[in-house]
Formats: sequence, structure tokens, C-alpha cells
Amino acid sequence: MQTNLIDAIKDTAEGREADAILRTCVHCGFCTATCPTYQLLGDELDGPRGRIYLIKQMLEGQPVSEKTQLHLDRCLTCRSCETTCPSGVKYHRLLDIGRKFLNERVPRPLGQRVVRGLLQEALPRPWIFRPAVAAGQMLRPLLPQALADKVPTAAPGQSQGWPEKSAHPRRMLALAGCVQPGLAPNTNAATARLLDRLGITLFEAPEAGCCGALRFHLDAQEAALADMRRNVDAWWPHVESTQGPGVEAIVMTASGCGAHVKEYGLLLRHDPAYAAKAERISALTKDVSEILAAEAERLKPLLAAKAHPPLKLAFHSPCTLQHGQKIKGVVEELLSAAGCELAPVADPHLCCGSAGTYSILQPDLSRQLRDNKLAALSAGAPKLIVTANIGCQTHLQSGSALPVRHWVEIIEERI
Amino acid sequence: MAFVNDVRFAADKRAILARLRAVLPPGALLADEEELRPYECDGLTAYRALPLLVALPQTEAEVQAVLRACHDLKVPVVPRGAATGLSGGAMPHEDGVVLSLARFRKILRIDPLARTAIVQPGVRNLAVSEAAAPFGLYYAPDPSSQIACTIGGNVAENSGGVHCLKYGLTVHNVLKVRGFTVEGEAVEFGAAGLDAAGLDLLAVINGSEGLLAVITEVTVKLTPKPELAQVVLAYFDDVQKAGNAVADVIAAGIIPGGLEMMDKPATHAVEPYVKAGYDLEAEAVLLCESDGTPAEVAEEIERMKAVLEKSGATSLVVSRDEAERLRFWAGRKAAFPAVGRITPDYLCMDGTIPRKRLAEMLEAIADLSAKYGLRCANVFHAGDGNLHPLIMYDANQPGELERATAFGAEILELSVRLGGTVTGEHGVGVEKIDVMAAQFTAAEIEAFHRLKAAFDEKGLLNPGKGVPTLARCREYLQTRAGIAPSSVSSDAAPRF
Repeated sequence: MQTNLIDAIKDTAEGREADAILRTCVHCGFCTATCPTYQLLGDELDGPRGRIYLIKQMLEGQPVSEKTQLHLDRCLTCRSCETTCPSGVKYHRLLDIGRKFLNERVPRPLGQRVVRGLLQEALPRPWIFRPAVAAGQMLRPLLPQALADKVPTAAPGQSQGWPEKSAHPRRMLALAGCVQPGLAPNTNAATARLLDRLGITLFEAPEAGCCGALRFHLDAQEAALADMRRNVDAWWPHVESTQGPGVEAIVMTASGCGAHVKEYGLLLRHDPAYAAKAERISALTKDVSEILAAEAERLKPLLAAKAHPPLKLAFHSPCTLQHGQKIKGVVEELLSAAGCELAPVADPHLCCGSAGTYSILQPDLSRQLRDNKLAALSAGAPKLIVTANIGCQTHLQSGSALPVRHWVEIIEERI
Repeated sequence: MAFVNDVRFAADKRAILARLRAVLPPGALLADEEELRPYECDGLTAYRALPLLVALPQTEAEVQAVLRACHDLKVPVVPRGAATGLSGGAMPHEDGVVLSLARFRKILRIDPLARTAIVQPGVRNLAVSEAAAPFGLYYAPDPSSQIACTIGGNVAENSGGVHCLKYGLTVHNVLKVRGFTVEGEAVEFGAAGLDAAGLDLLAVINGSEGLLAVITEVTVKLTPKPELAQVVLAYFDDVQKAGNAVADVIAAGIIPGGLEMMDKPATHAVEPYVKAGYDLEAEAVLLCESDGTPAEVAEEIERMKAVLEKSGATSLVVSRDEAERLRFWAGRKAAFPAVGRITPDYLCMDGTIPRKRLAEMLEAIADLSAKYGLRCANVFHAGDGNLHPLIMYDANQPGELERATAFGAEILELSVRLGGTVTGEHGVGVEKIDVMAAQFTAAEIEAFHRLKAAFDEKGLLNPGKGVPTLARCREYLQTRAGIAPSSVSSDAAPRF
């Protein structure tokens, strides 16, 4: 597409990146077909092509208001459009740049600033988040519906704990994450037990925290970069270990975090102190499904050793796994190898509506997407829903009578 | 490039805004420039126009109310589906309202016994086939944009696709169309059966480019899925040999399920995205499909291979399974936008010529490419002689679009000289409005206008598209003949 960016942005690194992205878009409109919000709302402005146009106008110096903000806010950043795009448009990067530029020009009303501020501060801090969840469970009847839906109904799934003594020569780091330890502590513990059986020691670096994705998508890109640098610092001694070889991988059990940590290299590339380290961290980062697929030769005999009753389940592949990290069919193959029957799921490319804090900030759209997704997941009458990201897991659970778990727990139970 | 629409209206934005606000629910009317800009073009970005308003109705009653208001106030209306069109058919009118049918996305009924589906116009082409799949049926016309383009637009443009060689264009796969005239009167074309009483106006609404009525419901025919389909990839070391091979296949009495061609620049653009496994050394590849029972397919594939080998194919690859067949086709389907990887902008031409002239045309395109200094990738519905040369340019470089447009006009004029037409399936829209004068006489153009007036006396539906005004034709022919338009009085014009 033709572009005519204003001078103030044209000569910046972000401006050049945005211009290059805009110029790859040929406005074919294929992306609208797989965009969850365009499918619901039927307005060009609520699809990727329209949002690209809104961002283009803004970068070309046209007046911009809360109207553009509304349509950019409605984007889930699910990146389904990127999977569909034949021209290779890096939509999410353009959106990040566009949102940042917009925030500098269109201030949000006080109410929105307060909510976003609270989410930015509370969610990434387990010491605030965990008591908040407990309080939320007590106060559920008093909460607005959008928030009440987000508070898990039951106490977090019981974790059977980490393996007691795991001291294999092969070592991998895990990211504890921000909300996952409070809501689903068994996910990382089950991963650690599973990897222990495969001869790999998994451990967490206590200084690491939120991957930064939450703040990055809440108008706080600078604060997010600080989160990211802190994690790089927390992991670096284990990557470049002075005592023996460094870790083989940094394992992500939440695909949302995985997609973000895999972009540390890109996002910190202009920071001379961190660029090289961040690139190395991103290269080492793997979703747990990638680790297990690589260890399939040793995993399969363990799975075959035990007989299990048939289990029919439905897998929801998070957008951050299938569109963000482009990992497709890997989890499904592992679950099949574990003797699970996978129920067919219509429109598997569509987002469940969780999308980080989207479910709190855009409750109506989020609920529609969740209900559509749950209908698709339940159509094949599964006994259980499994997914690969804590956000999707709690969001789907808030509307489902079927249990929703991380798929790695199922594999671990079957060895 | 601003398109100069020579059909203008004196519209009062405030008056039409007030009327439409009264009939549409909140969120169904866009009026600020910030919101209107993203609607200024469709898949053809070279031409743009800012509409006065965009209306997003959700019911037939709302469509009717919008049309009545516009008709009363003499405001033009441009219907719009998914806006994936490549001829600017959904480009707005500066004095008018864009009427989006994108919210009409329900599949109303599938009748597996009658093999029909009743769908709203905003239903995606591919969604019809997906919904019909459990019954072993599909909707045959499959434009490359089938993932996103919608049925209303398919009817309006009489869209084609890979399967149209064997299974017909949209017009051959639609039984009935319901819509509204610009006066807000409900109209139906065709019938649930194969023939309707009275004049066959179904063929008139198909390909009418939004000039006659606004489509709100379509009954389409569904086709049984063949038991088996296989595709042969035939590689050539010379594009002209590939062009001749197409004519040879048809001359041998074979009607393939699809017969497509891509040249080297096209395969190089799509391979990184689709990873179809195309041979990137070859100058051209033909995709030749056979479908039917396994025995029919086996026999036909052998015949196809024999013809293609004799025509000089350097190697032949037959798809081994359904996944591979789909992958081979995926490259062809994504070819247009994938060219976006090697160029910032392109114009996609749509001329159609007799198959035996393909090689000649390819040679001419190569010469024109050199003459204009612009690259061109060729993607053809070769089997039906429908060309899609993709002329690559950079809109940020002054003068390149103009060069690309002149390049395109020469291809279309040559198409007519070779015994073909200026459009095969993309419609005339704004893109080919001027070259219409190269194909039709003044009397024919006048006949088109009389038909238009029978439906839309005030000329409010999609004005300035599809059929040029006689003045515009005159100007074009004079310009092409090298005469300054103003120096010739209208009486002296030879054809008009």
C-alpha cells in the first residue's frame, strides 16, 4: 500500500519498521475472514485490514481520537490474521507501534486509567494477586459480572509438588509466571515431575517474574521492558553458568508468556546492554510441547508402560501457541500418543476471548467469544477440556461445567 | 490515485445523516472521516474515494429504509460485501453512502436433497462449502479470495475461480437472488427450480456490479464432492510452451477440474508462504486437476500426462494424497497477495483470450514489461483463457502507478484484439471503465444504460462504475488516438 508517514515518525526506528510493515500489506482482506472481532461485529474497523488503515492514517498525521482507540482496543492481538496473511504482514508489531503512538496522543479517561493501572500493578505481583483472588472468592456476589467471572470458583487445583530430589546433568529453567502459581500451581510442578522422569531437572529462578506481556499490552511498554530486563538478569547466570554447562532451555508452560519471551530479542534489540543477551534468551525459550516432542523417543515408552482407560478430551490451542509461536499439531500428537481421544473442534483458529486482560477490559466481546468457543469445544462430548495457557484455562473454566486443565497434567498422569 | 468519477450528485450530508440515524440502530452508521477512511477502497487500493457515510444494516427492513432515504434525497449508494474485489466495484462514491452487507452473515438453510443452500450475502464463499461438507456437498465457484469474499459480491461480480472451467461461473451456480431496488422495492430473480417464468433476469443480476439492485439473499446450487481429486503439476522451461500446452489439453478433449498456470515470479512469491514444494527453477508450472471416481481419475491423469509430456513438460508431479493436493493448490490461491512479498503494490489484470493465443499474449506481456520497466508475475486461469498478469509497482514512486495503468490498458486492448474481452471474472468496476470503449460500440453502451435505467432511473446505485458514460468513452478513444479531447467536438467523434 502507498504510505506517506509524517516526518516525526518516518525517521525513527519504529517509524521505519511501521512503514515497512504497511508496505507489505496489499489490502486483499483475507485477514478479515479469520479475525474473531470482524466475524462478530462485521465492521471493517474491527478487522485487521481496517485497523491497519486506522494506524496508517494516524502515522500519516491525520487527526486521531478515541474512535481509533476503541477499534484498536477491541483487537485481541490473537494474531490469527498473521497466520492467514499471504503477504507476511507483521500485524502485531504494527499494532504495538500504533497503540504506543496513539496513547501519546489520545489520553484515556480517568476510569480507564485507574483500571489499567490496577491491572498493571496487581497482576504481575503474586503477593498482591494471590490474596486478591482469595478476597475475590469471598466477595464474589458483590463484584461486577466481568470481574466475578474472572475469579476462579474453586481453590487452585491441588499441586502434588515438585520432585523432591532432581539433580540430573540436563537442566532447564522454567518461568513461574505471574498469575499461574496462584491459579494453577500444578502446571509447573507436573512439568517438573514429567521432565524428571525424562532425566531433566527443571527449576525456577526466584528473581524472575512476569514476562512483561501484561504491561506491554496495557499501555505500559516501558514498564514491560523493565520486566523483561529483570528476567534476563534473573536467568543469565543460569544460561552462562560458571559452574558447569548452562541450561538447555527455558521452558514455558503458559503459551502467552512463551510468545512474549520469544520476542525479547526483537523488543530489546535497540538496548545495547541487553540486545545480545535477550536474543540468546529468546533462542533458548521453548514451549513445553516443543521440549516433549523433542524427547518423544523417551516419552513414548513411558506412556506405553501403563494402561489407561480411554479419555475423550477437547484441546483448545491458545492463539499464542498456534498463531504467536506457530506451533500446530504438536500437543495433539502428544495427547494422542498418551492414548487420549481428541474430540473434533470447529473453527480451531478462533480466540477464546481471554487474551490477557481483554476479558476484563472488553467483557461483552470476550464473553461472546468464550461461549462460542465452549460450544465448539463441547460439540464432540468430551469429558475434559485441555489448553496450553493459564489465561485461556481460567477464562474457559469460568463458563464451563467441564474441568479445564493444562494438557501437560494429563500427560504426566499417564506415565 | 484519485479516480475521477464523472457522475456527480449534489448531496446534503446533514440531511442524509439525519434520515439514516432515524432508521439505523446505534453503531450502524459511520460519519467521521477517521472512521470512513478505512472504507475508501476495496482490494484495488490504487483508486480511492471517501464516502459521505457508511451504513451497516443488519436486517432487510434496515436495508430497505436506507435505500428509501437515499432515493428520496437523491444520494448515491454503493453496496459493499467483504471488499476483496480487484476492480474497485466497492470503491465508494464521494457524494454517497456505502451500504455494507457484512453483517448479513447467516446461512439460512441447507437442503441436502435439493442440493441447495440459502445464504445471506455477507456469508463467506468458503463458509458455504464448509457448512455443506457434512452432506458431501460443496459450492463449486471458488475465487482465489474464497476464504474472505462473500456471496453477495460473488453474484454482483459473477465471480469465477479454479473450478469454473468444469463447473461454471457464479451465474451457473445460483438459482435465485433476492434483493431491493434503489427505491426500496423487494425484487426476486430466478426461482428454486432451474427455470423461472418470464425473462431470465437471473443472468442480468449476476455480474451487475451493484448497478441494478442490492442483494440480500442468495440461493446457491451445491455440487457433490467428487470421490477423488488429483492434480498434476507440469513444469516447463519456457512460458510459451506452457501456454501452448493448455490449448493442447483442451484440444485433446479433456476438461480438467482446474487448469491453472503460474510463471516463475509467481511461484517464487508464494513458495515462502505456502511451502508447496514447487520447483523454483522452472519457468512455468501448470496445475491440471482431474476429479471423479478413482477409475475415471486414474484414466484421465494418464491422458493428461501424455498430452503434457508431448507439449514439452520437463517434469510431471502427481499429488499423492488430499493434503498434498490442497498444498499444491494453496500456492495458486494465495498467489495474488503473496506477490505482496516481492512488491509493495500490484495491479491485477483480468483479460480473457482464446486459449490458442496464450503463448502470443505471454510474449507480448514480456515485451510490455520491458517497455514500461515494471515486473510482471503471471497467474492464469489458463484453462478458460482468463489472464491475471500482476503488474508490480511502487505507489510511493511518482509516476509508477501511471506506468502500471498504461501497461495494464495495453494488455486489455490486446486481449480484445486477440478476440477476447477486458474482463473474465473481476468485473469492470472503476478499473476497466475506460477500456470498455475498446470493446463496445456506442450503441452497445447505450443499451447497457437503458437496462440500468429500467432498474434505477435516477442512476443512484453504484454510479460511474461498470458502464462508462458516452462522454467518457469518447474521451478515452480520443486520448488513445493521440487527439487532445478538448480539440474535437462531440459531433465529430467517430464511434460515439
